[in-house]
Amino acid sequence: MSSLLLIVLLALAGAVVLLLLWVAGAYNGLIRLRNQVENAWSQIDVQLKRRHDLIPNLVETVKGYAAHESKTLENVIKARNMAIGAKSVGERAEAENFLTGTLKSLFAVAEAYPNLKADQNFLRLQEEVTSTENKVAYSRQFYNDSVMTFNTRRELFPTNIIANMFNFGRREFFEVKDDAQREAPQVKFS
Amino acid sequence: MWEQIQANRRRSAGLIIGMVMILLVLGYVGGELLAPGVGIIGVAVALVIWGIQMAVYASSPQSLLLQGAFAREIHKDDSPQLFNVVEEMVLASGLGFMPKIYLVEDPAPNAFAVGRKPENSGVIVTSGLLHRLNRDELQGVIAHEIGHLKNRDVQFVTLAAVMLGSVVILSEIIWRSLRLGGRGRNRSSSRGGGQAQLILLVIALLLVVTGPLLARLLYFACSRKREYLADASSAQFTRYPEGLASALEKISRTPVTVGFVSKATAPMFIVNPLAAAGGAGWFSTHPPTDERVRILRAMGGASFGAYEAAFRKTHGGALIGQQSLRDCGRVYIRAASTEGPVESHADIKFISHRAMGYLRLRCNCGLEISVPEGYDQNTIRCIRCGSVLPIPTVIAPPLLPVAPPVIPTPDATPLQYKRAGKGWESFRCACGRTIQLSPNFAAPQVRCGGCQRLIGIA
Repeated sequence: MSSLLLIVLLALAGAVVLLLLWVAGAYNGLIRLRNQVENAWSQIDVQLKRRHDLIPNLVETVKGYAAHESKTLENVIKARNMAIGAKSVGERAEAENFLTGTLKSLFAVAEAYPNLKADQNFLRLQEEVTSTENKVAYSRQFYNDSVMTFNTRRELFPTNIIANMFNFGRREFFEVKDDAQREAPQVKFS
Repeated sequence: MWEQIQANRRRSAGLIIGMVMILLVLGYVGGELLAPGVGIIGVAVALVIWGIQMAVYASSPQSLLLQGAFAREIHKDDSPQLFNVVEEMVLASGLGFMPKIYLVEDPAPNAFAVGRKPENSGVIVTSGLLHRLNRDELQGVIAHEIGHLKNRDVQFVTLAAVMLGSVVILSEIIWRSLRLGGRGRNRSSSRGGGQAQLILLVIALLLVVTGPLLARLLYFACSRKREYLADASSAQFTRYPEGLASALEKISRTPVTVGFVSKATAPMFIVNPLAAAGGAGWFSTHPPTDERVRILRAMGGASFGAYEAAFRKTHGGALIGQQSLRDCGRVYIRAASTEGPVESHADIKFISHRAMGYLRLRCNCGLEISVPEGYDQNTIRCIRCGSVLPIPTVIAPPLLPVAPPVIPTPDATPLQYKRAGKGWESFRCACGRTIQLSPNFAAPQVRCGGCQRLIGIA
């Protein structure tokens, strides 16, 4: 009789240990995903800052060949300063979109200056700025992929129990409203 | 995506355990066969073979591989576009570290990934790849290689190759000693129990023959699966499966094959350089290229889910783990970019010459001359116009009567190089090493890679 009790107790203890192990595994998995989301978010920031740092150099180079395009150049500088000064996330997204637009028109203007287009320094900066835009887009893509994984995990049974127990909140996607809108410059140049 | 790695690890563990089992059983049977009662010694021999193979591979397979391929590491200044493509894919995959980039001068377009640890991982591309592919195609190929790194495939391939090698060696040993020792043992067994001995012999021979075969099948099946998974990752990272599909077509249609490939390195390439077109079967490391292209073109989106659907339709069976499929949502394919080839043919030649330490100078007649490191004359004759050109080198700066305050350097003789222009420049240090200056170089000094001396740049 007592040996049967012992077996039952041992089995219970075993089940509890297994359960605890599973809880620890699920919890760690969620933590890892949350860290990945946060990491991805900071990568977007790094790339945006890189873009801001490239702009003064680019403007200086263009000025050397196309000084009377000062209106376009001023717009780029203005957009950059707006993006740096932006406080809220919404404000910031808008300023960055505006900056993308002004840069597009700057490169369009550069097409009219063959000497500028032959300048090695300008070509290098153009490649860097274009690639940085790609990098912003790809960091955002990875952020959204990570958020998708994290949100699915915290809503699916059985990990949702752990997620609710330890208050893992839902993460928001970083949406660019519409690609067409992102492409179009939002200001008119006279 | 994290799940993908975990599922891969589990599968790899399964494969390795399977191979270990084959190895141990083979060792035991082999021992029993040679002399009854010494099966344990056979197992020990098997383990020793495995240990030696493991040690050989762990010591420095990567540097050997890179040397064998004459791969040269290149830096961002050499090919900013290639670096940007890699950086973009590192961000898209969340890999978390930047692999080194190596260039191999080879007209055959191909690429592969190396590195069992993040700090020594690298992506190798051939010059043929760089000037044949446009940016979208190159991105697809790079994303495939990053996918291999992300899924830890290099580790797996190395380990599996070690296991396979051990099994093959062991069965070879058993086979040979059976043939050598066969006559002596026949005499002793003819006395009695000959029939039982014979049956045992047949079973053992079967094992010796099928063991390596089984190990090989396991290995190749896993290797092919990894290729499909890397293709799926590439589509997910680039959001543009057509890029990789069209790159694969271009690579497989190029008649030249990579010059530095061997059977051991073949599984690491994006397209198996040894396989004849379409000749992919049970014993091939890569799935048939046209099937990979068909799957990529059949994708209705860019997610793992879309790849899985296309895979099931074209190939049949399941590929990607349940967990990963649940985690991915609907992902749209992006529009194509308009950018052409990343590097021109001539540019790639300069890049690889720079990476190999060639000193480049332009003659007045316009001819570009490459001088290899180790050329010990101070002048060189232009082969076109015959004029004698001085080799650019360092000079001791002239002592001015009113010397500007110089920062004291620990070197006995401060050396200087006077820049001729703004572009790429190379000159010879006093120790003989070639030093390359990129157009972006702006520092007042440069450190020689050979003698570690600081050289002032004026």
